[in-house]
Amino acid sequence: MFRNQYDSDVTVWSPQGRLHQVEYAMEAVKLGSATVGLKNKSHAILVALKRAASELSAYQKKLFPIDDHIGISISGLTADARMLSRYMRTECLNYKFGHDAPLPVNRLLLKLGNKMQVCTQRYDKRPYGVGLLIAGYDGTGPHIYQTCPSANYYDCRAMAIGSRSQSARTYLEKHLDVFPNCTTDELIAHGLRALRDTLPNEVELTVKNVSIGIVGDGTDYKEFEEEETARYLSMIEGEERRGAPPPGSDPVSSDDGPENSPPDPEPTVAMDTE
Amino acid sequence: MSSIGTGYDLSASQFSPDGRVFQVEYAQKAVENSGTAVALRGKDGVVFAVEKLVTSKLYEPGTNKRIFTIDKHVGMAVAGLIADARQLAETARSEAATYRSQYGNQIPLKYLNDRVSMYIHAYTLYSAVRPFGSSLILGTYDKNDGSEMYMIDPSGISYGYFGCAIGKAKQAAKTEIEKLKLADMTCSELIKEAARIIYLVHDELKDKYFELELSWVGKHTNGIHEKVPPHVQEEVEKSAKAALEEESDSDEDI
Amino acid sequence: MNFYNSVNFPINFNNHQDISESSDIIKHFHTPITTATSVLGIAFNNGVIISADILGSYGSLARFKNFSRILQANKNTLLGVGGDIADFQYLKELIQGKMIGEECLEDDIPLKPASLLCWLTRVMYNRRSKIDPLWNNILVAGIQDGKPYLGFIDKLGTAVEDKLIATGYGAYIAIPLLRDALEKKPDLNKQEAEELMKKCMEILYYRDARSFNKYELAILTTEGTEFKGPIEIKANWSISNDVCGYE
Repeated sequence: MFRNQYDSDVTVWSPQGRLHQVEYAMEAVKLGSATVGLKNKSHAILVALKRAASELSAYQKKLFPIDDHIGISISGLTADARMLSRYMRTECLNYKFGHDAPLPVNRLLLKLGNKMQVCTQRYDKRPYGVGLLIAGYDGTGPHIYQTCPSANYYDCRAMAIGSRSQSARTYLEKHLDVFPNCTTDELIAHGLRALRDTLPNEVELTVKNVSIGIVGDGTDYKEFEEEETARYLSMIEGEERRGAPPPGSDPVSSDDGPENSPPDPEPTVAMDTE
Repeated sequence: MSSIGTGYDLSASQFSPDGRVFQVEYAQKAVENSGTAVALRGKDGVVFAVEKLVTSKLYEPGTNKRIFTIDKHVGMAVAGLIADARQLAETARSEAATYRSQYGNQIPLKYLNDRVSMYIHAYTLYSAVRPFGSSLILGTYDKNDGSEMYMIDPSGISYGYFGCAIGKAKQAAKTEIEKLKLADMTCSELIKEAARIIYLVHDELKDKYFELELSWVGKHTNGIHEKVPPHVQEEVEKSAKAALEEESDSDEDI
Repeated sequence: MNFYNSVNFPINFNNHQDISESSDIIKHFHTPITTATSVLGIAFNNGVIISADILGSYGSLARFKNFSRILQANKNTLLGVGGDIADFQYLKELIQGKMIGEECLEDDIPLKPASLLCWLTRVMYNRRSKIDPLWNNILVAGIQDGKPYLGFIDKLGTAVEDKLIATGYGAYIAIPLLRDALEKKPDLNKQEAEELMKKCMEILYYRDARSFNKYELAILTTEGTEFKGPIEIKANWSISNDVCGYE
């Protein structure tokens, strides 16, 4: 488990100029279930896969409303995400109070990024162990942003994070060019297909384990009820599943959680410095 | 660096037996992992050029800009951890704004550089924080004082420069910069050179995609820092690519 | 000092002495010192026009005779300010600081006039709630989502939007004239608005003892901003002999 002497806390640089603690926090994002965000010219949508801790428990919420024009989906530590949502809600409200207008999404991200950065630089703090996809709509159109525990954030055309999300990203990259001009219904279908690609073969998307959130031109942020979700699920029903992971790779079951021994932290990439 | 791994390199508040603070040097390594940024100071202004590496095509073009405007008259190009750099941009902006409200004038770059340097330096003194993983280049133009430029590194040290480069290809970029007669050049000449240098030092094998970010502050912008207009961007990118091809052709001749 | 929940209320009431000597009373001394008078604004069919004279008065002394108090906050917002000049200068720094802060973000999201009005309302209301008001009337004029926008805030933080606004003495003298004109023709064009404004400024000059014969006009339309002035009023005081019956 103990990789080297430079990963003890967040204030230690490794000789290669890396921050191992921050990179480990990045791993926490991959432990959460997958979520996908994408947008066309007028709307941004979020699609997320929910897990239930046990047969008896409800599915863990993955989408959180922030303001009328912003919603987020999360992957990683839910408690950390709730802290960040509270912060974002406060910032949106403060801006609305002071300016009688919704906070532009990029400005929210700037504030959030700076808040998260502080946690990567102080001995008495740890980075937030959660990745967010932020869907928002403002005067400059719809947006999908991705945030990382490293306090980096990206303005995205589409993005997927969380467990086995690489398959979803592959799907998104492949269809990237059609998103801007497709209808919102089609966009949601694309989101669901991308999300489905992250599932092991024996697991299906259902109205119970899928959340869909939408925001856009003339549409305040909202999460769909089960009936609406069912309608969208029926749009992709029976389609052949592309990009399904090869048999023999770890199946992700609904009881996959922290109690399963997490993989040995082994950051594949150095902290993104570009 | 013989003392690496001897346990004297784990804290910014600790010297190694040979008198070095390794944590600061390691932070400087983080800057060297980053895309290159160059800035050139000529007789009528300063130009900035940044090689912004694009790691996924899912990102929107123009995300995570690495050139910032600190105050109307000050531009800043950064290399290293972008999250750290944004925090420093925020600090620099508030220093510039404080000066403005206290003195009713824009902050001279000398003072801004001083304040930001000291702030960065403070993070090299304690074990409770880590040094910033970014280097900054600050530049301005004023009709009385002319153009000015400073570079600050993670140790908090800063010097004034005519031309400087930070990031992974800083050595190659410096070699190119040294060939120029910077003090006699105008912004419109400098911007071409800066773009050419970025294209030249970009390593296509290691980093496939990149965006070229360009900005300037000079006499022609009335001392206001701004990104270069689209037609200039287009023009200099074209000439940079042409220059690159010419170079590779002549290499083949040899 | 607690008049109202004291059992001995009537006794305390007669005890005047502790009002002036009690240490828990903070006295706020408020009066504007160097002042500027009315600001006028009209929203017309494709823009807004505001005007204010360029005098800074020290009491009844015409102290500063070239003092501009119309400023452009950003591409689509103008401000005209009356009241205490020192407070105006403070506000100006505050607004310009905010504008620079927003420009630095380079995100091409310009602050809209209604947002600036709201923000200024918070500033003014906060100060008045500390019983330390900024002694100003602020007129915010601009283009909001392609339409003319005109708003006003006073030193108490009261905010109003209207098609025509006049502050200070103008509220008594100019508003009836403006209302009359807009009732006759609700949709003025730029030229008509400008004529009307000039007429009001002239009449204000005759009636308002703290006004001045030089003023500025600023017109903001979707095409851009135009500053005019200082425009000089050629007054004709010879008629004053005929004004009688008001003494």
